[in-house]
Amino acid sequence: MPYIWLLVFFLTPFVIILKISLADPALAQPPYTPTIDSQGNIYVTIDNFVFLLTDKLYALTYLRSLMLAASATIFALLLGFPMAYGISRASAATRSLLLLLIILPFWISFLLRVYAWMGLMNNYGVINNALMWLGVIDQPLQIMYTDFAVLVGLTYSYLPFMILPLYATLEKLNLDLVEAAQDLGASSTRAFWDVTWPLARPGVIAGCLLVFIPATGEYVIPYLLGGPNSMLIGRVLFEEFFANRDWPLASAVAIVMLLLLIAPIMLLQHYRMREKEQAA
Amino acid sequence: MNRNSRFILSILAFGYAFLYIPLVLVIIYSFNDSRIATVWGGFSTRWYGELFRNEQILESAFLSLRVALTSATLATILGTMAGLVMARFGRFRGRTLFSGMVTSPMVMPEVITGLSLLLLFIALQQLTGWPGQRGFSTITIAHTTFSLAYVAIIVQSRLMSMDESLEEAAMDLGGTPLRVVLDITLPLIVPAMAAGWLLAFTLSLDDLVIASFVSGPGASTLPMYIFSKVKLGVSPDINALATLIITFVTLGLVLAWLALRRADR
Repeated sequence: MPYIWLLVFFLTPFVIILKISLADPALAQPPYTPTIDSQGNIYVTIDNFVFLLTDKLYALTYLRSLMLAASATIFALLLGFPMAYGISRASAATRSLLLLLIILPFWISFLLRVYAWMGLMNNYGVINNALMWLGVIDQPLQIMYTDFAVLVGLTYSYLPFMILPLYATLEKLNLDLVEAAQDLGASSTRAFWDVTWPLARPGVIAGCLLVFIPATGEYVIPYLLGGPNSMLIGRVLFEEFFANRDWPLASAVAIVMLLLLIAPIMLLQHYRMREKEQAA
Repeated sequence: MNRNSRFILSILAFGYAFLYIPLVLVIIYSFNDSRIATVWGGFSTRWYGELFRNEQILESAFLSLRVALTSATLATILGTMAGLVMARFGRFRGRTLFSGMVTSPMVMPEVITGLSLLLLFIALQQLTGWPGQRGFSTITIAHTTFSLAYVAIIVQSRLMSMDESLEEAAMDLGGTPLRVVLDITLPLIVPAMAAGWLLAFTLSLDDLVIASFVSGPGASTLPMYIFSKVKLGVSPDINALATLIITFVTLGLVLAWLALRRADR
């Protein structure tokens, strides 16, 4: 039964998206041309894809989305790795409290957490007020509605996704190995790069993918924190569909995004499978 | 080593501050009397009162709760079945496709899931006339689809870590497969199912993007309502609403944590 559910509500939708992305927009209800008309002629077009690939604006949007997602991933890793490491080395009681504090924001509405940053980064928000009060600046800085704000929002929202898989691998890491390396004369930097890092790599990869994949298609964060010009791909899809009612183009946007993400998604599945087989 | 641990400690402190300062500020500003959200105008609880007189909020909160309860229950039933199949039935035809389909909704960007489901509902409507109106039923189906993945994973990993010998013993003693599942396996995975249900419930309450796609005119969930207000900027009654949600979630999670810790001892 779950098989049927998923076939109907997960797989068929993709077939439909593919079908619509191959149609032309039309002034009809629904607003696209049929694949097979009443005479049984089959009509498909790749105009939408050609348009996406040749129009500079769309290519740039994809590129910017990928770059922003990648930068957010890097920031989350830089912050998340030492945090996960610190948590895994804490005493058992503190550790469970620290973990609780990582999971807690995850249960609080995503939307409200993004919203919290709006109050912080506003022109007359807390950060600007504090900086002006301290005399660091005398004009409010434009933080809100910039790519920087989107980056902060992405890093903030997806940080728990980075920390949890990292913690899971670091916790299992045998400290004796690190000590052995140091006893054999390795500096602590060397011991980190030669012992800790390779052993933690599955966690690093899983964490990075869990941040990167959803961040690429993110809609809410760029909408609320980014400027009107900061068009990211999730927003473009939304707008093409609802505002412009160009369903075929929106579907094509989705397909291309899916193609870009298929490699990271497969990689993540592959790591999951391997982990399961090791556990079994 | 000392220098290292100081570095780790300061990163930890910074990280937690980064996670919590925004939330604390929202709570503080929810008691702000001033209508302009960034100017402090004295202590007041008036926004809380306004919240409970706002019918739109109450209505959308009610819809959200109904959707979350229904979809979490459906997702737990289907997800448990999926988890059982993946963990116990070994290799069967289409297994890779099946487990791929189970886990994909977890990682798929929300806009893609939302768009694809909406297009499906529209196509279905043209073919069969159902669903005539998009709202409660379509949002519930959409939420069930993506949260059943989480339930399946939790149940599956619980089953993986469990000894199969109990089930084998029951089989040897002549239990039919169905009886074994009902009498032995299910009671053992109840905690995992409960955890899955809770996660599905929260995910459903939290979802904005997918609900915006598959909902029709007139039906809006709580996140959709919040989003429509927040688009226009910071607003004091949303601060109050956020504070209530934060308090509620924190209390629930801390209580669960304390209970778990006591059970561990």
